[in-house]
Amino acid sequence: MKVSSGSIEFLVHEIAVAEFHKKIKEAFEVFDHESNNTVDVREIGTIIRSLGCCPSEGELQDLIAEVEEEEPTGYIRFEKFLPVMTKVLLERRYRPIPEDTLLRAFEVLDPAKRGFLSKEELIKYMTEEGEPFSQEEMEEMLSAAIDPEANSIHYKDYITMMVIDEN
Amino acid sequence: MGCGTSSVKDRKSERVLKAALVIQNWYRGYSARLKARQRYALSIFQSIEYADEQGQLQLSNFFSFMLENYTHVYEKDPEFVTRLFGTTGQDDKDRQDYLGLIDIPDSYSGPRLQFPLTFTDIDLLIEAFKQQQILHAYYVLEVLFESKKVLKQMPNFTHVKTSPSKQITVCGDLHGKLDDLLLIFYKNGLPSGSNPYVFNGDFVDRGKNSIEILMILFVSFLVYPNDLHLNRGNHEDFMMNMRYGFTKEVLLKYKLHGKKILELLEDVYTWLPIGTIIDNEVLVIHGGISESTDLNLLHRIERNKMKSVLMPPIPIDGDHSTDLKKNKVGTTTMPQGIRTNGSFSEQLTKHEWEQVVDILWSDPRGKRGCYPNTNRGGGCYFGPDITSKILNRYQLKMLIRSHECKPEGYEICHDGKVVTVFSASNYYEEGSNRGAYIRLGSGTAPRFFQYQVTRATCSRPLYQRVNIIESSAIRILKERMISRKTDLIRAFQLQDRNKSGKLSMGQWAFSMENILGLNLPWRSLSSHLVTTDKDGNIDYMSSFQDIHIKKPVKEVQSTLIETLYRYRTDLQIIFNIIDSDHSGLISMEEFHTMWKLFNSHYSVHIDDSQVDELAERMDLNKDGSIDFNEFLNAFHVVHKFDRLHESDTQLA
Repeated sequence: MKVSSGSIEFLVHEIAVAEFHKKIKEAFEVFDHESNNTVDVREIGTIIRSLGCCPSEGELQDLIAEVEEEEPTGYIRFEKFLPVMTKVLLERRYRPIPEDTLLRAFEVLDPAKRGFLSKEELIKYMTEEGEPFSQEEMEEMLSAAIDPEANSIHYKDYITMMVIDEN
Repeated sequence: MGCGTSSVKDRKSERVLKAALVIQNWYRGYSARLKARQRYALSIFQSIEYADEQGQLQLSNFFSFMLENYTHVYEKDPEFVTRLFGTTGQDDKDRQDYLGLIDIPDSYSGPRLQFPLTFTDIDLLIEAFKQQQILHAYYVLEVLFESKKVLKQMPNFTHVKTSPSKQITVCGDLHGKLDDLLLIFYKNGLPSGSNPYVFNGDFVDRGKNSIEILMILFVSFLVYPNDLHLNRGNHEDFMMNMRYGFTKEVLLKYKLHGKKILELLEDVYTWLPIGTIIDNEVLVIHGGISESTDLNLLHRIERNKMKSVLMPPIPIDGDHSTDLKKNKVGTTTMPQGIRTNGSFSEQLTKHEWEQVVDILWSDPRGKRGCYPNTNRGGGCYFGPDITSKILNRYQLKMLIRSHECKPEGYEICHDGKVVTVFSASNYYEEGSNRGAYIRLGSGTAPRFFQYQVTRATCSRPLYQRVNIIESSAIRILKERMISRKTDLIRAFQLQDRNKSGKLSMGQWAFSMENILGLNLPWRSLSSHLVTTDKDGNIDYMSSFQDIHIKKPVKEVQSTLIETLYRYRTDLQIIFNIIDSDHSGLISMEEFHTMWKLFNSHYSVHIDDSQVDELAERMDLNKDGSIDFNEFLNAFHVVHKFDRLHESDTQLA
């Protein structure tokens, strides 16, 4: 994003960057348990996603590689995280999935157009395809999505519910 | 690219793959945002909790201020000042004094303890408390009295040895949550000669079964005095109890004898040991350490002289070292001095007192060095270098402490040398955190056990739990905002040059942090607290629209109401202290005096006459006395769009 200094655009850009910095700092600090400007590398994914970005697991690993120390310590320092994350936000990378794209994805998995997926089907797709879920992730998704009586997930209702919850 | 059918299959499986990726990607984003929201809620709870503790210490300054500047108050009414500082010569009282006039009626259907106590009494109590029975005051007093006798024999630090066959279990803060204690006993077994426990302080306050927890712990202690170890926490302090709910709980459950119980408790607390040392390797204390922590000194001090964190040793003649040789009679008007012929042997030295405060209040942090604990207002923050230094100095390997709520119930830091264990699950709100305990045995690595008490038979999905704690946290935060409404609006307006009613996010966040004194992620929280327009600007008055403090009388000024609401807990404590017979009434004169002092110390700029007039109008004057509970309860927050309608959220 090339901006010439001395222009209004530059000023606006500077202000945007300053605000991003503050936002990133806030999100980082909440996971910085010991208040020493580092977070456990296992929480980086959560931090990045809480800032509104949706990288895939593969993209996440790439980002982590960018912010890790040369000799990985298991901790990520804020000084390294900030510039990388600022760039991600400025470039509007890893935009979240729109609701209708999500709906279409469920419909692909439900070619018979029943309006739902059985629990077994959901488990199969989520743990065998794409970037598979861990057992914990699978259980977590099931606990909210599953209609216990029918043992199925009515994906349209589920999506609506999740979207409302986020707003 | 291969024959027709397999390429259709390829295309199909490619679409399935893509669909799965979309769903997984979306779900991981959603799940991460839920976890972040959970963290934000917890940081709100924690910030406010620590800010409140700071407020508590400000109260202590107020008492010192009072004594230093209003000696005429003492001269006029020496009783008043000695009442302020509690202890009424406990050692002279014996069993008869406590139990003499108390009768247990035949109609009493609660548990009956048999002294000397045995393990059957532990079982009896547990079963009774499960059914929400209340132990009769007679037994409470008896247990406390006996516990004090035995505790007095204990050294400041209990030294314990374990073996592979006799492991010890360390539990952290319980804060009156009986369900958690029962869950621990269920999972880990009742205390016994072969199943020893250490309870690391903060048994009381906040939860609603503090007295029941105390009774179970003390009875277990009396049955197994060498295997049930109790360490003092910062809440084992009668002044903390006044603010954080235990005093209230006792007075509610024991209307007749509550005062006696509280008096005896005040004393029993001071006899709780400071810490436990396991296998000469592991130090277990409630809070933490400082760079000057001197374990040898702490082994020697007379621990029972530490009455309360709010009662620091008072300097003599403006001299800040309490040199015991300077026994000048009558040169000061300090209450302790008066009762004991001017000898200051009733106090610890300032250095000793600070050592104990550090142990009970400090928190570990990642930053090296030792800094005053500004969040809490007492103790310090200690870094990994401090931990190494102190552990090495005394040839110890590990520090186990509690004092801080952790989402997973425990946390390891400082390279594995410091472990925090916290045993009150759902501490802030249902779903806020797990509880944990540790099992230790010589020759084996410590093992951690986690749990979470749930009311429902099946636990809720994550998003519901997060919603609950999030709304609870936001509610408390909004109440905080309303109690500082005038200051906040002034700060906003100062930045709002063209009086548009709007501020940028940065400006708004700056004022919020400054005025409320809470280090919170304001940008992330803003969507819950204010409305933002499409340009990203904040309508700062929108926070105050759906919440207000109820005005008990129409004509009264908002700023007065706001001030009284803001300081209501402090005022409650002060009034409770003055009201020595716990009648709920204090004289108008006492009311005036307290208000004047409070006014000048806290610089609240409220006309005394306004407050008097308010009390008058509220018609609380009953024959020259004020019913202060009614007075204070009149100032509460109303949430307009809330099902609960009026605030009953208690952080305390």
